[in-house]
Amino acid sequence: MSALQQAINSQADRPMADELAGEPLFQVSDIGLLFGPDKGCQAVSFDMYPGEVLGIVGESGSGKSTLLNVLSGRSQPDAGTIHYRHSDGAVTDLYASSEAQRRTLLRTEWGFVEQNPRDGLRMTVSAGANIGERLMAQGVRNYGVLRGESMRWLRQVEIDESRIDDLPRTFSGGMQQRLQIARNLVSHPRLVFMDEPTGGLDVSVQARLLDMLRALVRDLGLAVIIVTHDLAVARLLADRLMVMRRSRVVESGLTDQILDDPQHPYTQLLVSSVLQP
Amino acid sequence: MYVAVKGGETAIENAHRLLDQKRRGATDVPPLSLAQIAQQMPLAVARVMSEGSLYDRELAALAIKQSAGDLLEAIFLLRAYRTTLSRYCVSRPLHTTSMQVERRISATYKDLPGGQLLGPTFDYTHRLLDFTLQAEGEPSPASQQGDVRQAQAAVDERAATQQPALPDALHPDADAQADTAAGETGQGFPRVLGLLAQEGLMREETDSAQPVPDITREPLDFPSNRMQRLQALARGDEGFLLALGYSTQRGYGRNHPFAGEIRIGFTEVWLEPEELDFAVPAGDIEITECEMVNQFVGSKDQPAQFTRGYGLAFGYNERKVMGMALVDRALRAAEYDEEITSPAQQEEFVLMHCDNVEAAGFVSHLKLPHYVDFQAELELIRKMRKRDAQAGSDQEQRQETEAGQVPPQKEKRA
Amino acid sequence: MNAIAEPYNFAYLDEQTKRMIRRALLKAVAIPGYQVPFGGREMPLPYGWGTGGMQLTAAILGRDDVLKVIDQGADDTTNAVSIRRFFSRTAGVRTTVDTTEATVIQTRHRIPEKALNNDQIMVFQVPIPEPLRFIEPSETETKTMHALNDYGVMHVKLYEDIARYGHIATAYAYPVLVAGRYVMDPSPIPKFDNPKLNRSAALMLFGAGREKRLYAIPPYTDVASLDFEDHPFEVQKWEHSCAICGSTESFLDEIITDDKGSRQFVCSDTDYCAQRVAQAEVTQ
Repeated sequence: MSALQQAINSQADRPMADELAGEPLFQVSDIGLLFGPDKGCQAVSFDMYPGEVLGIVGESGSGKSTLLNVLSGRSQPDAGTIHYRHSDGAVTDLYASSEAQRRTLLRTEWGFVEQNPRDGLRMTVSAGANIGERLMAQGVRNYGVLRGESMRWLRQVEIDESRIDDLPRTFSGGMQQRLQIARNLVSHPRLVFMDEPTGGLDVSVQARLLDMLRALVRDLGLAVIIVTHDLAVARLLADRLMVMRRSRVVESGLTDQILDDPQHPYTQLLVSSVLQP
Repeated sequence: MYVAVKGGETAIENAHRLLDQKRRGATDVPPLSLAQIAQQMPLAVARVMSEGSLYDRELAALAIKQSAGDLLEAIFLLRAYRTTLSRYCVSRPLHTTSMQVERRISATYKDLPGGQLLGPTFDYTHRLLDFTLQAEGEPSPASQQGDVRQAQAAVDERAATQQPALPDALHPDADAQADTAAGETGQGFPRVLGLLAQEGLMREETDSAQPVPDITREPLDFPSNRMQRLQALARGDEGFLLALGYSTQRGYGRNHPFAGEIRIGFTEVWLEPEELDFAVPAGDIEITECEMVNQFVGSKDQPAQFTRGYGLAFGYNERKVMGMALVDRALRAAEYDEEITSPAQQEEFVLMHCDNVEAAGFVSHLKLPHYVDFQAELELIRKMRKRDAQAGSDQEQRQETEAGQVPPQKEKRA
Repeated sequence: MNAIAEPYNFAYLDEQTKRMIRRALLKAVAIPGYQVPFGGREMPLPYGWGTGGMQLTAAILGRDDVLKVIDQGADDTTNAVSIRRFFSRTAGVRTTVDTTEATVIQTRHRIPEKALNNDQIMVFQVPIPEPLRFIEPSETETKTMHALNDYGVMHVKLYEDIARYGHIATAYAYPVLVAGRYVMDPSPIPKFDNPKLNRSAALMLFGAGREKRLYAIPPYTDVASLDFEDHPFEVQKWEHSCAICGSTESFLDEIITDDKGSRQFVCSDTDYCAQRVAQAEVTQ
């Protein structure tokens, strides 16, 4: 049995535990990428620890998507540095590494859940193949094992196992999103980036998805950076929040504190304009 | 006992003989001469030269004759011949502004310096079969003569006022001087897009000062640069580019084209061989050139300017250069931050499929024997069907023996 | 083809072009399985009909070489005849149908049944060099995948086959892993022939003229067909033997002999078959 398959088997039943729980997983220092005055992001700094969920909220145009792309290694910043601590304890400077190394990271220890699931799935292959791809990329060469893992993750994201051979286009939007999540989680990432994961879904579907995400994040001890314009999503999932406006972080802190007692006038505006049912 | 089929070599020889007969047709009809083809089918010759990437009317005529009128086959012949030719040097860029204009029109202005010179064109003919041509007489006397004399007079008049051919030595500045000179005196045929540029309304093309690649020597690579793209499009199939250009007009990547200028005529080719440090004229060639004026770009910080697409071909070849210019502009979408939504804007799709020699070769290769691979597929499909049939009958047996029990779930296929 | 009146350079291509191709071939041999771009020329045969193979053959052919050309395993198929005549005319080299005599063998879609030796070079005609092409149409993306050893998607295709059909559904052009690094398309040879690539004594060269890529497998290189541990690679098998020579080991062609669908099977490799028949006659 390969080392990877052993790893899968041993981690299958217990949540991720980082031996170096006291050390930050992810350190962002004065990061910036601007396309014009106050367009993009600038002067962003924070540390993340394993198992934390950080929400980035703001209206469209605030720069939160730009920030997410920079944080996840997809867009080169024009200022600042990002350091990531790998599972073996090594710390690397994200943008000092090669593109190959960043791509590998995104396929193994990291995950990225796209706003539109079609951007994060292979639409022409089955659900099972979509989930198994990361494992295949890492050298798993046993069809039975791949299928078993795919089934397991379908269960985890509450998709009926009988759909394993169906193409994603036969799935509803909510199911496609859950499939995308499974595709990311199969490699047991330690850090997952999410871009408006519930955007475009019906309210009831959103609610189910959020509940599932919350449980998974807790059970797997995932660190998550989630971008959303929806404060309800932020409140449900995030431990901490950063509020962005016109490329800058105007307020940050614990979610409940920020949402119950916003200090910055812009945050106050955001919070007060949320429609009450 | 089965005896293997042999005789491929003889079959080929006979096929060649039959082809010779087909090409010749009825022997009581006089054979075509190369001069007839070159003189009386100049548009076919133009296409073959352009897509064959070789300017030689006689060779093109020979290729057309040898291919029994199949222009793609003729283009292939010319390309294959071109492979064997040595390269002496690269000419200086053609100075099309000082072209000996035979035809020059612009859709963007009603009138302009140099005027709208129709030249010989099918544009305003009525597409009625002319049976006098069938009778193999000269065109009917009545309508034609007067117009021809008038048209000729107009051409002569223009020629008299036109900018004379460039002076002996060609210096880099001379190009610019010649352009401004023509513009100032209002004589000759100043470039329409140059006039727009004078007003600051047209995005200037800048010389990248990069060495010009040769896509016939080094393979195309992606992402490509504009030089490679223009070369590929110049050699590209007229029909394919026409269709893609058409698609942009119908909304698949619309870029609001206007025919800024189309000009056809003879232009001098200047060479600067290593032994001399000045350029010498090598002769002139007939070319067709088109510049489209396209959708303007701009922003709050950058004033709006028109953009352009460019087309160039050997000989009299208008439809090709228009299609080419539309596709050239479509492929510049990334340069202008336009969203790439349509086939005409996708460089890999356009450039990998626009060469008709490649396309014809690969499509027609399906005629070659593929029976080994087909045999492999047959074996596979028979095996699968056997397995499914087996599984089916096993299932039935199980169902019979387990009467009353719910049969196991069969895996569903998409 | 009409008689070529003018004299051409040996094997048609000019020496500069041949040198360019040989340099590219050296690169290819140094990086087994890696697709090297080359400035392919227009040849007198259409793209898709063997121009890639021909350019490679033209670049390596010497006056003392003995050339064999096969298509579907047979020397007598029309295109093999056409290509053989081309080289016989433009290079004047000795041509042969005997696999053991040949020093250079240009082939389309088959590897000869008889094992090759270290003095022989196989030149394969390749239509689509990119093994990932039908999963990922973009050239920019596939180049990156090769560079980053990002081949997960290759096994995805095999997984899909097993999920849909119960086993891997690729019968020819079956992808292989070369020297443990590059995934390669071995050209449309039936998977039956894949094992012959593994640690072959001969040098294997692959040319795609239209796509302008060439690649190589040096002698004695590990070549493994992609598969899963629990769905291992298998070659084709027939229930019949060759109707002419009786072989049960070779790749067989199916011949329909009447319009009721009666069929016979004969060796695809015509030289192999003829040699076996000759041997049998000798021993009788």
